[in-house]
Amino acid sequence: MSVNFGRQTASGHLHVPSESKEPYPTDVLEQLSLEAEQVIARYPQPRSALLPLLHLVQSLDGYITGRGIDFCARTLDLTTAEVSGVATFYTQYKRHPNGEYTVGVCTNTLCAIMGGDQIWETVSEHLGIGHDETTEDGKITLERVECNAACDYAPVVMTNWEFFDNQTPDSTVQLVDDLRSGAPVAPTRGPSRVCSFKEVSRVLAGFTDGLADEGIGAGPASLRGVELAKREGWTAPGEESAASVDAQPSATADGPGGGLAAGQRTSVDTPANEPDERPGGQDAQEQAKEDDK
Amino acid sequence: MTTLTPILTKFWDHPQSWTMATYEDNEGYTALRQAMQSDPADLIQATKDSGLRGRGGAGFPTGMKWGFLPPPDGGPRYLVVNADESEPGTCKDIPLLMAAPHFLIEGIAITSFAIGCNHAFIYLRGEVVHVYRRVMRAVEEAYAAGYLGKDILGTGFDLDVTVHAGAGAYICGEETALLDSLEGRRGQPRLKPPFPAVAGLYARPTVVNNVESIASVPAIIKQGAEWFSDMGTEKSQGFGIFSLSGHVKHPGQYEAPLGITLRELLDMAGGMRDPGHPLKFWTPGGSSTPMFTDQHLDVPLDFESVAANGSMLGTRALQIFDDTVSVVRAVSRWTDFYMHESCGKCTPCREGTWWLAQILQRIEHGQGTPEDIDKLVDICDNILGRAFCALGDGATSPITSAVKYFREEFEAGCHTPAAELFPPAASTLFAKEQNTMVTA
Repeated sequence: MSVNFGRQTASGHLHVPSESKEPYPTDVLEQLSLEAEQVIARYPQPRSALLPLLHLVQSLDGYITGRGIDFCARTLDLTTAEVSGVATFYTQYKRHPNGEYTVGVCTNTLCAIMGGDQIWETVSEHLGIGHDETTEDGKITLERVECNAACDYAPVVMTNWEFFDNQTPDSTVQLVDDLRSGAPVAPTRGPSRVCSFKEVSRVLAGFTDGLADEGIGAGPASLRGVELAKREGWTAPGEESAASVDAQPSATADGPGGGLAAGQRTSVDTPANEPDERPGGQDAQEQAKEDDK
Repeated sequence: MTTLTPILTKFWDHPQSWTMATYEDNEGYTALRQAMQSDPADLIQATKDSGLRGRGGAGFPTGMKWGFLPPPDGGPRYLVVNADESEPGTCKDIPLLMAAPHFLIEGIAITSFAIGCNHAFIYLRGEVVHVYRRVMRAVEEAYAAGYLGKDILGTGFDLDVTVHAGAGAYICGEETALLDSLEGRRGQPRLKPPFPAVAGLYARPTVVNNVESIASVPAIIKQGAEWFSDMGTEKSQGFGIFSLSGHVKHPGQYEAPLGITLRELLDMAGGMRDPGHPLKFWTPGGSSTPMFTDQHLDVPLDFESVAANGSMLGTRALQIFDDTVSVVRAVSRWTDFYMHESCGKCTPCREGTWWLAQILQRIEHGQGTPEDIDKLVDICDNILGRAFCALGDGATSPITSAVKYFREEFEAGCHTPAAELFPPAASTLFAKEQNTMVTA
């Protein structure tokens, strides 16, 4: 089932189609050079700009082209072999034209077991393509991705590196159908729409797109702990429980509905705070030391 | 009973939790103001006194790491934040940066001031574009507010922060591979010594710290080292974010003092997904930490207790699997991951992970041979301690621990496919809905 996952042949990796070596038009090259200068300026040494510059190449060409490699090499005074060596090391750099949307199904252990394998099989069959293959209309490149740091939302599907949480085979089929038909698609945690592969590559090169303030701060799973703590009146040491502040402004921290300090001293009463005292103030700490004696 | 201690997670439920305004409403950047009035040496001492240990997995004392920098020689020294969170099961830094990135930015400013760094870097994995947007935005806001840039808060201290996106490579979570990657190279680990404190980024003295470690610094400076060290256990002090995933009723982020147990956390998370399916195995800190079973429910999740029970606290990534899951399938898939992500620099990991993956695939398909289990353990012996970096060692953890606790399942792999013994459909998130629909 996963036998060929991640295996890439040397020839597949190192082949650069000859058409991708067509030089950039002059105006495109000028703009690219200007932006490359901005990227280089972020670092004490120019070579550090290579990863963002490769993202920038993808934002123009949709993958790592021969001309993109030439450009990076010239700009950073490297050999094309050095640039290719880096470009082939990282999985986000594509060696052949990528679809407008990369749909990555997490099939690392936890997501796979929670349903990622079933999602992968269904959507792969639905689209008729396998790992790192692209639909004929150029819309979707399907990938099996590794753990994307959202395990509490398993099974996870990434679309152009935006989070689609708690997916099912049906929801993912709907997702790819919508992407192909051009229907609006929004991630679970992310901006109000999924940007194209090229647009996202530009962001990864460090050029902002103004979407940072869209979407939520945290999804339901991220908030489980903090919501439970609020319900139970649990707070960090030195903090008043929100519940006690709301209900009874003058109540002491260990009063009814108030919270106990957590940590090692849970069996010891926390010190009372004055209503106008800042949480965790010097007095509270000294008092706490007294209480510990 | 241990209770939760929302500190870094405290206001994640605010509708605009990621903004400077929300952060400042929650006393954000007060620690920076306080720190800028202090002697840098005192800040390092306070961090040492707090007992803060690296939150990225290894648990090395953070303040001590800072103290290893050689005395200033007039040249640059760097702070590099490791935000390449990629360890399977680990999902704490990414939600932290999405919900409240200013904790990290303030922590960077304080740490940089403490260690005499004028240019800090955040190396964020590239596969989380909205998090990258949020972190870049937070840095912009901090520049605009005068918390970054030239002459910060009128102290004459200058600090630039560059947010750098990686491009998909697990190995870049290893600190020296991260530095090579940040220098524009293939992300492969470096020989140590020299350690980054002596020759790190551009061969200059460099501190590399995890996101959560640096994000914890403002609270320590504001509330005091003792406030922090009073939480947790004797040698594992303070709090941390515990990430529960898998077959629990309410997976999610639970911020608690170190030393809390899985039994307590499971209770907070509503127990197992289905009371009819008990806990079978779990990881205390990602797939690279040897797995635990239901015998370990009461092990305090601190560095010492977890180690005493044969595993590592790691990143507190608690992946929970119930008895519907084939341990062989789980381990086989993790091994595919290590094979895919091996950087190729050293032979034991590059070759060993491929052999392990092939053997495990045959066991998973019920085609194992009687010698296969010993062969697996033997290959693991030849990787552990012989790989160039700790990530190679980590590849062996799931295998050796699974064979230790569930050898009979590997033996069954000599004749019966894992999917027959443990039908995968029963483990899925949507299994229940489907079953309900069938019976309805």
